[in-house]
Amino acid sequence: MLDFPPWKIWAIALTVLAAAIFAAPNFLSEEQAAGLPSAVPSKQLNLGLDLRGGSHILLEADPADVKKARLEVLEEVVRQGLREANGGAIPYMDLSVANGAVSFSVRNPADVDRAVETMRGLSQPVGQLSAQRDIEVNLADSTRVSVRPSAAGITAETDRAMSQAVEVIRRRIDELGTREPTIIRQGETRIVVQVPGLQDPEQLKSLLGKTAKLEFKLVDTDADAAEAAQGRAPPGSQVVPNADGGVLVVKRRALITGDQLVDSQPTFQDGMPVVSFRFDGVGGKRFAKATQDNVGKPFAIILDGQVISAPRINEPILGGSGIISGNFTTESANQLAILLRSGKLPVELKVIEERTVGPDLGADSIRAGAIASVLATLFVAIFMLMTYGRFGLYSVAALLLNALLIFAVMTGIGATLTLPGIAGFVLTIGAAVDANVLINERIREELRRGKPLVPAIETGYKEASRAIFDANVTNVIAAVIMFWFGSGPIKGFAVVLTIGIITSVFTAVTVTRLMVSLWLRAKRPQTVVL
Amino acid sequence: MKLLKIIPDNTNIPFLKWRNVAIWFSFALIAASIALVAIRGLNFGVDFAGGLMMEVRFEQPVELDELRETVNTAGAGDGNLQTFGDPRTVAIRLPLPPGDDAAVQAVVKQVQDKIRVTHKDAEFRRVETVSGKVSGELIRDGALAMLLAMIAISIYIWFRFEWQFGVGALFALVHDVTLTLGFFALTQLEFDLNIVAAILTIIGYSLNDTIVVYDRIRENLRKYRKMDMAELLNLSINETLSRTIVTSVSMMIALGTLVVLGGSVLFGFSVAMLLGIFVGTFSSIFVGAPLLLWLGVTSDSFVANEASAEDRVKAKKAAERGQV
Repeated sequence: MLDFPPWKIWAIALTVLAAAIFAAPNFLSEEQAAGLPSAVPSKQLNLGLDLRGGSHILLEADPADVKKARLEVLEEVVRQGLREANGGAIPYMDLSVANGAVSFSVRNPADVDRAVETMRGLSQPVGQLSAQRDIEVNLADSTRVSVRPSAAGITAETDRAMSQAVEVIRRRIDELGTREPTIIRQGETRIVVQVPGLQDPEQLKSLLGKTAKLEFKLVDTDADAAEAAQGRAPPGSQVVPNADGGVLVVKRRALITGDQLVDSQPTFQDGMPVVSFRFDGVGGKRFAKATQDNVGKPFAIILDGQVISAPRINEPILGGSGIISGNFTTESANQLAILLRSGKLPVELKVIEERTVGPDLGADSIRAGAIASVLATLFVAIFMLMTYGRFGLYSVAALLLNALLIFAVMTGIGATLTLPGIAGFVLTIGAAVDANVLINERIREELRRGKPLVPAIETGYKEASRAIFDANVTNVIAAVIMFWFGSGPIKGFAVVLTIGIITSVFTAVTVTRLMVSLWLRAKRPQTVVL
Repeated sequence: MKLLKIIPDNTNIPFLKWRNVAIWFSFALIAASIALVAIRGLNFGVDFAGGLMMEVRFEQPVELDELRETVNTAGAGDGNLQTFGDPRTVAIRLPLPPGDDAAVQAVVKQVQDKIRVTHKDAEFRRVETVSGKVSGELIRDGALAMLLAMIAISIYIWFRFEWQFGVGALFALVHDVTLTLGFFALTQLEFDLNIVAAILTIIGYSLNDTIVVYDRIRENLRKYRKMDMAELLNLSINETLSRTIVTSVSMMIALGTLVVLGGSVLFGFSVAMLLGIFVGTFSSIFVGAPLLLWLGVTSDSFVANEASAEDRVKAKKAAERGQV
């Protein structure tokens, strides 16, 4: 039990050395650590947002929204499919979107089979291996065809939309010039955004919450103003609210959308902030044609269902670029430019959770946590020395080594230290001595029963190990469950706790035993004060 | 060198003699805790109640009532104000306004503006908003985590020991968790995610104590086959008493430091843990062990299990011979 072959001693010594090397950069300043030669680890511990300040934002897409967007696209696809069907356009009527499906009636019953075939031809396989298609085509009655996005199709579409949304968000945040944002998908419809050290989270949030769907639509000048105020528009038109109050009636079909934009910048026109935009080649041509056909008519620039401005087309715009004026401030012009540059979100995202910690609070928390950790360690160390003397000294050495190991492991695996993590650390310090208490108490007991020193120590370690093992397994069970179910703060706590449990068994059992063994070998004592 | 001994050597405190009193006392505390939680309820933080929370730090301690009026004039609903850790820091909780994120931002801005009118020095250190949907999930996950932890640990103990030990440990855990919840209902300290983490840790560490006592009981059951059960339990508790107390004291030293110095955010967490350690120590001595007596643990339960198959065959044959 107390025999340590040389290789074991070396293994323990190397572990301690490695821990010291990995933990060392944490005691340097950031600049010093960055300046270390590449041969030694220079990684520092990641600090959570609660310790360095920053914003944590949880965004969620409504799956119904994805479905709605999918149906809108499908409607257009169906129209086009009927127009360009094999063997000539298929005449249809009553094309409508209802109950989660696009349906239409075929005018000529002889065309029904052809219509169904054409619609089936529009479907795409979902995934590479499955036989599922993204739409289902059914006959509602003898002439009415319904085209419904399949469940698998919607799931695939949601997945695609979310991945795309992550990219759009990344582009938007990068535009802000913040460093190290974390943007990850969570579950099927959520995205977590974490941005450290932000002074103004409001700006970030207003960038995230906007879909940035830009549309250019012709104004319906024939519409009745009174009817429009009631929210009613002629067929083929729709009522859209104005950004600065009132409503405007526009044609449903967009002349062109923002999808083909390649650039957008804030700029000034006549001293007023405006936003310039430029289409890609295809978009530019479409824009040119649309403006050519509608010279003299007013058109509306609509962002996320709100009219920003409705200028008159004075002359065809052939260069593929233009300017949006409106009631912009320098700031809002800049924001709109960022939104247009980074593209529209394929789905609307809502902020469902937000936590922002100011940098001062973070700094306070670190200071309080550090002081508490150091003092807790100190007090516990004094208590152990007073209670167990020489054996207490070994326990304290193990305790300090344990702290070092926790630091090293966390730095090495790139775990994040949060405020609850610090609590976990302090707690581990308190609990790490438990193994030593068990061992030392057992040795005391055996000595009291009259066993000689060495067998008493051996029995102490042997008998205590069982309880130490069981107790730590139950703690690991609790920690794993915390990690599994826990969100945010609980996870950070569970990580430190788990690492602390493992390192504390190593230090409190193996390392102290080595120290006791070395002492016994060197001094060959017959008694000890315990 | 004279060493500190909190517990003298060879104690023989008749813990088991008080088992009836202790268990009724425990039951009474559990009942009182449940009643407190039912009547007063827990003071859920934004994590679990949903809503908006702002932590504001002032240069000087502020009058809460006056500040509350200021907040209420912002037209964002009735604010719930509490000092947070120290009298200069105030946590303001407001219901989440209907509508989208823009509405939330508007409310935050209104409240900030109103407060800045009267308190120019106000520093807004933290803003948290949690929608009802997320808070519902957090409650569900938190409760599930607690239940699962208790059950998983009890099952582990059942495998390592005997079913009676598993049941005893589970009861001790329910005891500790209920009392902690009762404490939070009584003091109306804010109950948030950190507290759930604290309770999960209490579950883990309260078990430390119970396991150490149980381990000794198991050892003594093998050693003293003929000893009276109550006497054996008492002996086991006394033998491990010094360890139980020394560990608890060292944990309390660490946690006490956190309570005093850990800062406002960790305060609730540290208090919960401190109480949990105290209650856990009590329960492993007065609840966990006596329960074994009622559940009918005997020395046979271990010996029969752990004797090798060969031994059992021999024993059986011997028994048969004896009968013939």
